[in-house]
Amino acid sequence: MKFTLQIWRQANNKAQGKMVDYQIDNINANMSFLEMMDVLNDQIIRKGEEPVAFDHDCREGICGMCSMHINGRAHGPLKLSTTCQLYMRNFTDGETITIEPFRAKAFPVLKDLIVNRGAFDNIQAAGGFISVSTGQVKDANNIPINKEDADMAFYAAACIGCGACVAACKNASASLFVSAKVSQYALLPQGQTERNERVLAMVNQMEVEGFGSCTNTGACEAECPKGISISNIARMNRDYISAAISAK
Amino acid sequence: MILDSKIPTGPLDQKWGKYKGDAKLVNPANKRKLEIIVVGSGLAGASAAASFAELGYSVKVFCYQDSARRAHSIAAQGGINSAKNYKNDGDSVHRLFYDTIKGGDFRSREANVYRLAEVSTGIIDQCVAQGVPFAREYGGLLDNRSFGGSQVSRTFYAAGQTGQQLLLGAYSAMMRQVGLGTVKMYGRHEMHEVVTIDGVARGIIARNSVNGELERHFGHAVVLATGGYGNVFFLSTNAMGCNVTAAWKAHKKGAAFANPCFTQIHPTCVPVNGDYQSKLTLMSESLRNDGRIWVPMHKEDCKKDPRQIAEEDRDYYLERKYPSFGNLAPRDIASRAAKEACDEGRGVGESGLAVYLDFADAIKRKGYDAIKASYGNLFDMYKHITNENPYEIPMRIYPAVHYTMGGLWVDYELMTSVKGLYAAGECNFSDHGANRLGASALMQGLADGYFVLPYTIGNYLAGEIFTKPIDLNHPAFVEAENIVKERFNKLLSIKGTRTVDDFHRELGKIIWDYCGMARTREGLTKARVMVQELRAQFWKDVKVSGTTDSLNPDLEKAARVADFLELGELMIVDALTREESCGGHFRTEYQDAGEAQRNDELFAFVSAWEYTGDNKDEILHKEQLVYENIKLQVRSYK
Ligand SMILES: Cc1cc2nc3c(=O)[nH]c(=O)nc-3n(C[C@H](O)[C@H](O)[C@H](O)COP(=O)(O)OP(=O)(O)OC[C@H]3O[C@@H](n4cnc5c(N)ncnc54)[C@H](O)[C@@H]3O)c2cc1C
Ligand code: FES
Repeated sequence: MKFTLQIWRQANNKAQGKMVDYQIDNINANMSFLEMMDVLNDQIIRKGEEPVAFDHDCREGICGMCSMHINGRAHGPLKLSTTCQLYMRNFTDGETITIEPFRAKAFPVLKDLIVNRGAFDNIQAAGGFISVSTGQVKDANNIPINKEDADMAFYAAACIGCGACVAACKNASASLFVSAKVSQYALLPQGQTERNERVLAMVNQMEVEGFGSCTNTGACEAECPKGISISNIARMNRDYISAAISAK
Repeated sequence: MILDSKIPTGPLDQKWGKYKGDAKLVNPANKRKLEIIVVGSGLAGASAAASFAELGYSVKVFCYQDSARRAHSIAAQGGINSAKNYKNDGDSVHRLFYDTIKGGDFRSREANVYRLAEVSTGIIDQCVAQGVPFAREYGGLLDNRSFGGSQVSRTFYAAGQTGQQLLLGAYSAMMRQVGLGTVKMYGRHEMHEVVTIDGVARGIIARNSVNGELERHFGHAVVLATGGYGNVFFLSTNAMGCNVTAAWKAHKKGAAFANPCFTQIHPTCVPVNGDYQSKLTLMSESLRNDGRIWVPMHKEDCKKDPRQIAEEDRDYYLERKYPSFGNLAPRDIASRAAKEACDEGRGVGESGLAVYLDFADAIKRKGYDAIKASYGNLFDMYKHITNENPYEIPMRIYPAVHYTMGGLWVDYELMTSVKGLYAAGECNFSDHGANRLGASALMQGLADGYFVLPYTIGNYLAGEIFTKPIDLNHPAFVEAENIVKERFNKLLSIKGTRTVDDFHRELGKIIWDYCGMARTREGLTKARVMVQELRAQFWKDVKVSGTTDSLNPDLEKAARVADFLELGELMIVDALTREESCGGHFRTEYQDAGEAQRNDELFAFVSAWEYTGDNKDEILHKEQLVYENIKLQVRSYK
């Protein structure tokens, strides 16, 4: 297969970026998208130029490191997959593919396709935990949990923190990410004690970090590689309102 | 170098209790003044950092990813062992201990492994309290499944994403401390040197990968939790960035490296597809609870649609050879059996380097929905990669490099042979001998971080309360930083003709071919020379792009490959020296009809290697393994 690639190149955080065209040929349909990028970079390096910088690590859809906006969509055309889970057979021979970084005010570009998602860590540090220190806790089976609740908590907890929800949202809101964490704990008995403080702290931090607000377009759910449900946002909003009232 | 494992005296089941009772303590006011550096934010690093900070120490954590949550532990799929005996099926601390020692082919320390089994129960309690959503039964209690090498169900899991859930639990505990200001997190920072003063660890040099700046950091103690070195093979199931750099730099500063040739080749991975392949994907061992492994009985059938091959023409070779463990035979044994079948010409798929993992029977017996509930995400992942639907056609799998049992030598306190420098999780050698059992790495990482280090580090730091933070302009820091600077400049100045990946691929092939699933004296001898030559060529002809003072993934990779080129030789030397077969180390000369033949008389030791200088032979130290509680036996799963 062969492709024309239009890739965002930006030397560093302060530099002006632009789209640059590359031609690539002899691509095997069973290659992963990132392996295609490896081949491209190999060619660029051999020419003595600087390869395209992009984030990646596990290459199996779980670490959340890869983060490309491909043909105008976060993680590209395939539903329920990350960039690293795309294969060239998911594209058409001869196609022009545009590759850009995830765009959001709260995710500044560091270089080429690499962005800074530190804002997510800050939100987590603000309240995304259950305050229990290592050591004296009860026997695990002393906290029976209804299987349905446990499963729902797991589905919310499956978020990989990649930021596709933010990139997909026209308001660059982080509501899906934040609500997934809020919901995981809200659905479990262990999470009840701090339920109010948690939702207030995390939502406030989300605003501090410069994410936009949610207008329920559902774009986040549609692009989430892990299928995190937008119903988590509704749960977060309910919790937030009731916590805000009881805090007064 | 004198290696003292510092194993407490007394009966096995009282050693850890006695140690904790005797360990020195640090009072809370002093803890605040003591600084600990933790390199690595995987299960071992994050759990240690959170626990240290909860105790009151000041902690700095480093990782090369942008966020601590992305450490490679996130990718672990199948589960975590614990001797809870919730299933009432005969499990106990002793049985987990015994299974682990036997699984490791009697090449690990009794006292460490016993402690691991002992603290394993607390891990599950801790994780549940943090809100880790483990799989549950309808009654609301925790569910378990079975893993290879054991006959009880002691593995806790969260679908096929157990590592993710455990890591996010540890990460959240650590981020709570970040919020409280007791942990300072340094993402996109890679450690390149340990700083020692008078033989004591006093800090590190790290490179900020965003701007390329080298930074000096002081610590009263330094903990390495930097994961395994499986990427020396180029192709492995490890994440792309996994590396040996931190451990290797510690080794060069005096930390002995133990059992480097003990690597684990996992039997169930998606086979290699083409020469562009960048990494391999694991299909969790949990699949062997329900999947049956087979190859055609006759070579002629290998290219047929597997569904057309009659039952009597299939060879379920694990069930045939190991009737009591069947498809749940341990990894080293299952991998070797797959290789054997393929070597006989009975492998399937285009390359002939694959065997079937078949769920047809399980789907018939339990139903489609039950199989989907247990393995849905793994099946999806397989389909993503291969474009084949495993609900309809058997998976094709082949062994791949997965885990490294070898690593930095540590004593009972997890201290390396450098005072004040600790190693935890996969980067130490401590608990798995010559082969690790499934679901035991997560257990070990969290055991080290939550329950072992918080005690043992206090015992050391109690003697450090009068040490003032050392000035970062101390000559030891300056010198260490200069070494790193020169190395990076050197890498960029070569401007050769071959890319970093070229070298890495070639190294990986040498190690895989000669120091992989089967090893011979002749092959290893040849491979050693090949690696030496490749290393020399690397330093003459590598082509690295970009500059040192910017975000430069090519340069980061080059530095890692440079270290792999040194480690690779040590692995080969270690494999040559160990003239026996045990666990994952299979020397073709030492076998009994395909089964590993140990030599306990001569080789019941840990090999701990001492670095003596660039391109010089390392010195072998032997830590004799003393078995007081169990009898060394032929390891049989028949
Ligand atoms: C695909 C896969 C599936 C697995 N499934 C299971 C399973 O089901 N059950 C099980 O028990 N085990 C499993 N394992 C093994 C297990 O996941 C690992 O052994 C374990 O998670 C390692 O944890 P760790 O904390 O030691 O290191 P890691 O999680 O690898 O973390 C290493 C950390 O060190 C940092 N680091 C590394 N080098 C540097 C450096 N130079 N400078 C700064 N930071 C550095 C990294 O950024 C990272 O934060 C699996 C492994 C793989 C590959
Ligand atoms: S590289 Fe880990 S999710 Fe894509």
